[in-house]
Amino acid sequence: MPTSPSEAFEAFDLAVIGAGPAGLAGAVTANEAGLSVALLDSAAHTGGQYFRHPAPALGATRPQALHHDWPAYAALRARLAASSVKHLPGHHVWTVTREAEDRWTVHALTGTDGEADEPVTVRARAVLLATGAYERQLPFPGWTLPGVVGAGGAQAMLKAGLVLPGKRVVVAGSGPLLLAVASSLAAAGARVPAVVEASGYLGYARRPRALATNPHKLLEAAVHGSALLRHRVPVRTRSVVTQVHGTDRVEAVTVARVDRHWRPVPGTGRRIACDALAVGHGLVPQIELATTLGCATRRTPDGTTALDLDDLQRTSVPGLWAAGEPGGIGGWALARTEGELAGLAIAARLAGRPPHTGGRLPGLRRDRARMRAFAEAMAAAHAPGHGWTRWLTDDTDVCRCEEVTAGRVREAARDLGAHDARTVKLLTRAGMGWCQGRMCGAAVACLATEGVADGTAEGTVPPSAERRPLAVPVALGALGAETSERPAAEPDTERPTAP
Amino acid sequence: MFTSDSPDVIVVGAGVVGAACAYYAARHGLSVTVLDRGPVAGGTTGAGEGNLLVSDKEPGPELELALLSTGLWRDLAGRLPERVEYEPKGGLVVASADAGMKALRDFAAAQATAGVTAHEIPADRLADLEPHLAPGLAGGFHYPQDAQVQPALAAAHLLRASGARVRTGEEVTAILTGPDGGVRGVRTRAGTVRAPRVVNATGTWGGELARLAGSHLPVMPRRGFVLVTEPLPRVVRHKVYAADYVADVASGSAALQTSAVVEGTPSGPVLIGASRERVGFDRTLSVEALRRLAAQATALFPVLAGVRAMRTYAGFRPYLPDHLPAIGADPRVPGLLHACGHEGAGIGLAPATGLILARLLTDTEPPLDTGPFDPGRFTPGP
Repeated sequence: MPTSPSEAFEAFDLAVIGAGPAGLAGAVTANEAGLSVALLDSAAHTGGQYFRHPAPALGATRPQALHHDWPAYAALRARLAASSVKHLPGHHVWTVTREAEDRWTVHALTGTDGEADEPVTVRARAVLLATGAYERQLPFPGWTLPGVVGAGGAQAMLKAGLVLPGKRVVVAGSGPLLLAVASSLAAAGARVPAVVEASGYLGYARRPRALATNPHKLLEAAVHGSALLRHRVPVRTRSVVTQVHGTDRVEAVTVARVDRHWRPVPGTGRRIACDALAVGHGLVPQIELATTLGCATRRTPDGTTALDLDDLQRTSVPGLWAAGEPGGIGGWALARTEGELAGLAIAARLAGRPPHTGGRLPGLRRDRARMRAFAEAMAAAHAPGHGWTRWLTDDTDVCRCEEVTAGRVREAARDLGAHDARTVKLLTRAGMGWCQGRMCGAAVACLATEGVADGTAEGTVPPSAERRPLAVPVALGALGAETSERPAAEPDTERPTAP
Repeated sequence: MFTSDSPDVIVVGAGVVGAACAYYAARHGLSVTVLDRGPVAGGTTGAGEGNLLVSDKEPGPELELALLSTGLWRDLAGRLPERVEYEPKGGLVVASADAGMKALRDFAAAQATAGVTAHEIPADRLADLEPHLAPGLAGGFHYPQDAQVQPALAAAHLLRASGARVRTGEEVTAILTGPDGGVRGVRTRAGTVRAPRVVNATGTWGGELARLAGSHLPVMPRRGFVLVTEPLPRVVRHKVYAADYVADVASGSAALQTSAVVEGTPSGPVLIGASRERVGFDRTLSVEALRRLAAQATALFPVLAGVRAMRTYAGFRPYLPDHLPAIGADPRVPGLLHACGHEGAGIGLAPATGLILARLLTDTEPPLDTGPFDPGRFTPGP
């Protein structure tokens, strides 16, 4: 129903997008500080990816069995239950628009995927983005075979439905998630013939300070390490899966040694029998809602693009805050800390108070700085080496949605002058399909710059400067039914002609 | 001075118009260097739908240009790889009421005198052409000369076929002139390229380049959004739009206008344009523009209501006050030629523009009267 902008801006003080650790903490903290808060998330439950747990109908009696950190989530959930935060589950946010610094509209669709695409708008005076991350995939020959799953996806399947991707599961890729995934799989009864990590773990030792100040991270590693030991899971570092074998599904993988640039060392390939492969190369901040609004970004040490945030979690666009993975991958504890920090900062800002008076702020900021330092060290240690494209044959599908091969991407780069992901996309359709380049963006960017000396730091993946103005697909019927509320007048800012 | 390394002509802009200029200049025996500060097709070309339309143009110089281009595109389609997705699919303009149908009839009659083919389609025959069109329309006109091409691929392959030296990521920072005021080349961030002729094919940014050369061309951006759906089997066969599109194209209003142009693509997705508004180079998503496009598209094709838009993008049409492009020699700077300001028709008009430029560069007779496109027709404001 159209209303004029002069009417009361019926709005929440704060809209929080994402109900994982960052969003939950931000929502309850802001609410405890006196703000009215809407908390939107596409899932039916809070918890996000990390604290994913089975639907009650599955009858799991102890969802916490897979979570060492369950008490932290239980505490956040208890605060939510005691709060007046309006939790809006099943809300798929497709864009956020800004009418003024303190006038925001969150555009969402409700209902289960593909079914009830009901458009909903939520208005707020400030927005906190806590949209988490998604998994980075680097392709290799055979990666589209059934039985190849994302490492994070395998973890999510376990957490949500207690389903194993196979009986003998090789875990491969790079990043701290691999150890956690392997120990979860082993604990749930799968055989894990190998964890294949492309980096070494020595990278951590180069940042002793970050390690020493984050003892809980060592503890975490020790927990996973002893679990792997107990299940006799060998960990191969400086190794990668260069090929998957099988006709209808995974039957085996070839594992090869790599040098420090992730170039496979000839003659080191070994075949390992398995019926599934869980693979992932770290996480990528999910920031499209923010980039559409023009937020400044920064390059992380492992080549992803994260939001550039100040020490109060503010983005470069006034009125918009972010917490957790969108500011750089750092894990649930950092996300929770940043959520609390943002909640306090937003409450102070909306009340017109300076933000530094609260008693908890200094401690939260110290915690954040400490954990961020560790996260950056971790990202540097697992940054993909530029040599990884060597294991791609020209017929390897890079973009699986549009079935674009590495050969086609290389041809576009070589013959048609496409030296960036966007131009490759225009000329090959790589990244135009269902996943909108979330799956192939990193790989396409690397292939486009393969052999181009452009000054990007050696050993890292070039950032994918993708913009995705529609964060999720929107049915045209729903889009056409959007309320037509908008400011009555928009200035014509057309530039004057030159004198 | 010019050396053996110096090209005969520098084309600034690696969009479809610059690519066509390079292509035809090369075919006329000239050596060409193409410079662009961004990538190939990185500006309006990459944001275009690839419309090659005669149906929306009233008799006049732009229609002559479009008709010439129609033939040239057909010829190019035979020379370029199939991947440029040239499709002579035809356009279908529909009217919702009898009054609109009468206006279409008058418009088509006038176009016929200029050489445009249009067939009237009565209401009960619309479904033969487009089975999924909404019921209850008053009728329409079929324009078999309308066609479509994938614009970025077309630009990239034209450039490749031209054999021109293409230097992307290289911004022109100055136009070099000699003591007589004539062009001697350009300076870029990477160095100097010398040539006696420079072609301004920088589209929406054409005014900036003219200013760099000390001249004047009032090109302004007119923003448009395109919605792209999930891949579908052929639901929409032609380029289909409602009668009010023509009025929007011809309007100079700054306010948001939308009139859905709906078409399928060989790759599956349906493209929905076209919104128009003058808001400078603002890329901010306009939910209102998307809402109207979606509502109008589903009004034409109700079956699309359940189809999902996967993505959207904005582009900036290079708009000149009289809606005609600037093609020809700059009146103030000898050796500078312009080929920009094609508004939303740049893909369609590119070959004719390139051919005219090539003729002018070789001092041969242009294929049509270029007077209406004279870049000197705009005088600097006070």
